[in-house]
Amino acid sequence: MCASAKYNTRGPALIPRMKTKHRIYYITLFSIVLLGLIATGMFQFWPHSIESSSDWTVEKRSVHDVPVVKLPAESPIPERGDLSCRMHTCFDVYRCGFNPKNKIKVYIYSLKKYVDEYGMLVSNTISREYNELLTAISDSDFYTDDVNRACLFVPSIDVLNQNTLRIKETAQALAQLSRWDRGTNHLLFNMLPGGPPDYNTALDVPRDRALLAGGGFSTWTYRQGYDVSIPVYSPLSVEVELPERRPGPRRYFILSSQMALHPEYRSDLEALQAENGESVLVLDKCTNLSEGVPSVRKRCHKNQVFDYPQVLQEATFCIVLRGARLGQAVLSDVLQAGCVPVVIADSYILPFSEVLDWKRASVVIPEEKMPEMYSILQSIPQRQIEEMQRQARWFWEAYFRSMKAIALATLQIINDRIYPYAAMSYEEWNDPPAVKWSSVSNPLFLPLIPPQSQGFTAIVLTYDRVESLFRVITEVSKVPSLSKLLVVWNNQNKNPPEDSLWPKIRVPLKVVKTTENKLSNRFFPYDEIETEAVLAIDDDIIMLTSDELQFGYEVWREFPDRLVGYPGRLHLWDHEMNKWKYESEWTNEVSMVLTGAAFYHKYFNYLYTYKMPGDIKNWVDAHMNCEDIAMNFLVANVTGKAVIKVTPRKKFKCPECTAIDGLSLDQTHMVERSECINKFASVFGTMPLKVVEHRADPVLYKDDFPEKLKSFPNIGSL
Amino acid sequence: MQARGRYLLAGLAACLLAGLYLRPGRRRAAAASPPEPEPRRGSALAAGPAEAGGGRRARGGAGPAGGRCRMETCFDFSRCRRHGFRVYVYPARGRLSEPQRRVLRSLRGSRFYTPEPGRACLLVLPLERGPRSPDAPARPPHWNGGRNHLLFSLHRDGPLGFEPGQALLAQAGPGAPGFRPRFDVSLPLFPRRLPQRGGARAGPFPAPRRYLLVFEGQRSPSGLGAQTRAALHNGRDLLLLTACRPGPGARCDRPAAAADDARYDSQELMQNSSFCLVPWGRRLGFFRFLEALQAACIPVLLSNGWELPFSEVIDWNKAAIIGDERLLLQIPSITRSIDHDRVLALRQQTQFLWETYFSSVEKIVLTTLEIIQDRIQAHISRNHVMWNAQPGGLYVLPQFSTSLADFPFYYCALGRSPAKEFTAVIQAASPLLSQSQPIVRLILAVAKSKYCTQIVVLWSCEKPPPPRSWWPSVPVPFSVVEGEHKTMSSRFFPYDLIRTDAVLSLDEDTVLSTNEVDFAFTVWCSFPERIVGYPARSHYWDSSKGWWAYTSKWTNEYSMVLTGAAFYHRYYHYLYTFYLPGSLHSMVDQMANCEDILMNFLVSAVTKLPPIKVTQKKQYKETMMQQGSKTSRWADPEHFAQRQACMNSFASWFGFMPLVHSQMRLDPVLFKDQVSILRKKYRDIERL
Repeated sequence: MCASAKYNTRGPALIPRMKTKHRIYYITLFSIVLLGLIATGMFQFWPHSIESSSDWTVEKRSVHDVPVVKLPAESPIPERGDLSCRMHTCFDVYRCGFNPKNKIKVYIYSLKKYVDEYGMLVSNTISREYNELLTAISDSDFYTDDVNRACLFVPSIDVLNQNTLRIKETAQALAQLSRWDRGTNHLLFNMLPGGPPDYNTALDVPRDRALLAGGGFSTWTYRQGYDVSIPVYSPLSVEVELPERRPGPRRYFILSSQMALHPEYRSDLEALQAENGESVLVLDKCTNLSEGVPSVRKRCHKNQVFDYPQVLQEATFCIVLRGARLGQAVLSDVLQAGCVPVVIADSYILPFSEVLDWKRASVVIPEEKMPEMYSILQSIPQRQIEEMQRQARWFWEAYFRSMKAIALATLQIINDRIYPYAAMSYEEWNDPPAVKWSSVSNPLFLPLIPPQSQGFTAIVLTYDRVESLFRVITEVSKVPSLSKLLVVWNNQNKNPPEDSLWPKIRVPLKVVKTTENKLSNRFFPYDEIETEAVLAIDDDIIMLTSDELQFGYEVWREFPDRLVGYPGRLHLWDHEMNKWKYESEWTNEVSMVLTGAAFYHKYFNYLYTYKMPGDIKNWVDAHMNCEDIAMNFLVANVTGKAVIKVTPRKKFKCPECTAIDGLSLDQTHMVERSECINKFASVFGTMPLKVVEHRADPVLYKDDFPEKLKSFPNIGSL
Repeated sequence: MQARGRYLLAGLAACLLAGLYLRPGRRRAAAASPPEPEPRRGSALAAGPAEAGGGRRARGGAGPAGGRCRMETCFDFSRCRRHGFRVYVYPARGRLSEPQRRVLRSLRGSRFYTPEPGRACLLVLPLERGPRSPDAPARPPHWNGGRNHLLFSLHRDGPLGFEPGQALLAQAGPGAPGFRPRFDVSLPLFPRRLPQRGGARAGPFPAPRRYLLVFEGQRSPSGLGAQTRAALHNGRDLLLLTACRPGPGARCDRPAAAADDARYDSQELMQNSSFCLVPWGRRLGFFRFLEALQAACIPVLLSNGWELPFSEVIDWNKAAIIGDERLLLQIPSITRSIDHDRVLALRQQTQFLWETYFSSVEKIVLTTLEIIQDRIQAHISRNHVMWNAQPGGLYVLPQFSTSLADFPFYYCALGRSPAKEFTAVIQAASPLLSQSQPIVRLILAVAKSKYCTQIVVLWSCEKPPPPRSWWPSVPVPFSVVEGEHKTMSSRFFPYDLIRTDAVLSLDEDTVLSTNEVDFAFTVWCSFPERIVGYPARSHYWDSSKGWWAYTSKWTNEYSMVLTGAAFYHRYYHYLYTFYLPGSLHSMVDQMANCEDILMNFLVSAVTKLPPIKVTQKKQYKETMMQQGSKTSRWADPEHFAQRQACMNSFASWFGFMPLVHSQMRLDPVLFKDQVSILRKKYRDIERL
């Protein structure tokens, strides 16, 4: 209202110069003003929620023009943090509800200026870091401007650094937040807790049930599964660009760069240096620097000056010792430099330890074992060191880099607790992108040999070659472990033969009529398939003997997560054409087996039908070719394993033919198949197929041993 | 005056209006007004005056004795430094409960056990049955306030009845209010029929099942009232059954009982459902939990605030749905929202966890000890992957390496493949007399392999090894190691010298060609966690004698590959030496036999898969049989009887028969095909 007071004083001064003929003009002006006033008043006091319009935007955080809130001395103070709080006791999960996206909604209170009853500011305005943090939240998917739909509330009261706070008044400010309700579902961010002399490891501001995302928790103050341990952000991260260095040995083995160390620690470190010489470097602050050089960026050892944090990149291990506080910003610098942190701070809860596996990125040494540090670190194998260096850098890039990274990781952790069934997995949190890209998690990872008794279901895809089909059915039905035969009738123009015409076999025979002539019909996960093992067989593969098929099934049982088939093929890199080539000649290697005769797990039918990447499935159906190559790509890609070619057989169709395989020899066919490989490799973005040099034969195959004693004597040799 | 009043009024009004419009904090106003230069914000964290040096070993309120304990405050690490992680068990005086007795038996049988309390890092105090006086634990001679003591508080032991003080508490059962995180260990409640060692193998890959979610309980459990039940139960794929007429193992569906008198068997129900509702926190729930795991039924835990078993190391999100009691009604939609792939993964994980950590008393006890050991040696402990992926924490010894890349199990997970190099380790037992001895030929053949990067001869002959000049000259590093103890087991000692992941273990009389070695090595690269070798043996159950029988006859299947010529990962040397108990080692050493059988037992126990036999020239067997006096052990009937005996003692130590049969042999793709030999890469294998 100070603006109006000013206007008021200037008003009367104008009057003497006014003329009465301007009366009408002034009356009009007055009426307009009055109307405006009424309109404003109506807008102001209209029942719609004011809060809904006061969402968190960039302008709102303007330091000026924030409403001032006066805190009377007797206004309530929240209770101190309740150490027994857990998500199921102190957190109101009903606010979050079940939603299909499984994402919590976060509301940010609008900025206010708090003054005590004497008009003194309770705290400074929010810091650059807290501003970044709030901006990150408001830009994220978590943000909502609707206080009624929010599940988590973040106050615009900056408590990152306890040193800058007036504790009692800050607590009072928290308590008068509109949805405070004992702090339920409120999240506070704090990085520097405690103060002299005893430096508590959690924020001293009484906060009742509010969750605390704190840097420097100890096991005594950390409420596991409720609080979130966050890093202490290092402002140097933005100032200094440290390019990633390749993992490997560095100039110094151990480096200590912290300045304010307890003398006892420093003498321990100096003893370490005296003992091990050059490989250990203990730095301290520079005392004899000329004016103007920021001391934060320099470290000294004796008279030698080092640039900080660049010097961290010269060391394999960097010590992160506890200071007065457990959480140290140096941890962030060390990670950024790709140096392996050696954390020496008993009872310290490492940042984001709920989800990050620090054992893969750091070495934690009990304070007691500090003198043994050198030998402990020496015992770490080089491979592990390189892995940790890579991991350290990845942690920094993903979770330490900026206030935004810290804020989002914190919210994701809370989100994971509220929707644990949709939580990010360990691998998603911990694996660096390079590993995520190249690693394979086999969907059938249990090492099992399925029981023989279950048998297999044979699926024959057919169009109209009835005679040949009946021969295949008769042959396959002789296999002891066959439990069901499924004929997929892919011809819509013609009905399958009458029931009476089908061969009589000992197992159930079922015909599935498809609605469209598509190759992918052979890989549909039909409900009729009740066994785990599926034998896909073409309607013209008549040469496979019962022994061969039974043996193939036995081999599949030993490798239930692989394609186990008879016709083997190979892909090769054509250096002239610079692309992949399909090969069916007599090769010493195999990378595919054709599904014209192959065993595989039923699960892969599901994958083929519903999880095939890109447009491969439609592409195959449109081209009426390469469904088998697509299946090979799919299985190799999810399991990371090679196929198994069983038995020596190379010929499958007509006994009269002299060619290896009538169809496959056709030149245009080979070109098409090569095209398929190139197409699929580009869709998968990689070449998942694995080349092997072995095939599976019965143990006594071609051994000098009476045939009648062999389990599988009738194995064709060609 | 009049005008003046009007102007005043107008001015006032304008002022008021302006004031309202410019009310701080209104977006519209802020947008309308010209942007003000933002003052530079201060950093909250910019290095201010350096904080004082900080108190050394300032332990936030170092606990009141007992009550709040952490490993740093209530555990004496120095005790473990001297003699390693050794566990002592006090002799029990009073009456012990059955579970307590079984736990103690497993403790005494473990490789950590020591009979001397002075050497122990951890002391286990048996909890006697019956009422205990509050000062009961004060009596043990090394009690010292409970420091370094471990108590197994099992459900049948009743309440503890005294303050555990600084003793670690391994607690089963729901009542864990005073659970001290990272200090106490949460145990599962194990049923009476849980085997002592061994434990059942997991079933087949869990196929999609009939029911989505089942719950089966006796009385209306608290929190799961009739109303909730009625809201969830739909009789089709959501079955929530509460007992009406308790019969043996059968329960009926009460509200629907009038309509259809369907009877369900509790085990069968779990076997046929994808998810099982487990209201944690009640004893019944505890048992149901393990039953569900075993049945590959994903537990849906309503576990508000209870510590799940071994939650310190097991990632339960990978095997269970952790729900919230308060959101019970959301359970159906949550379970329906989980897709097929995830269900398959969750269910396999239930099987993995069950088999690895819960299927026998011994596994539960060992897991407890390993968790504590991991805390004591924090810098050499298992990471999350080691605990939660095949083959599980009990078979992965971090003392070997803390790097995943050093183990044979994680190549796929790390997106790597084994390095193309191996070390040949040749066991030499007879003196080197002539240059035509098999060992010389063997060294030359192996050295020619392009994958061979090192040859190590383990000299176990009584005579001193011959000078270097006697050995053939080879293009790869060659060394002779003279073991301290020239025992059978020493051939599997993890010498630092062996640096490659792959080891080719050879007997001195083995006959191999370079082709055979190369081919076997490429096969091993596809199966780095298994033994890949040439001569194979088999076992079978001899029901007439009631024991395991060993056979070296040519059979259609095999379950062992002799380590006289086999590739395997170097980690198995470590595991053989440090995982297996001294009793088995000394048995092998005394007989100078069976070391290969033991290695096969071990590897199959870890991988749960058979070894792999690759093809070989057929004279191998004959040569072995016709060897001179030194290797006559193969033909000796007593030798055979020993191996038979070994099989049975190994099987009893493992608690089950880990060997698995295979019916196939891996040959080169063109092996014995009717095609020009020039096309074939591995020609020598076919030539006789």
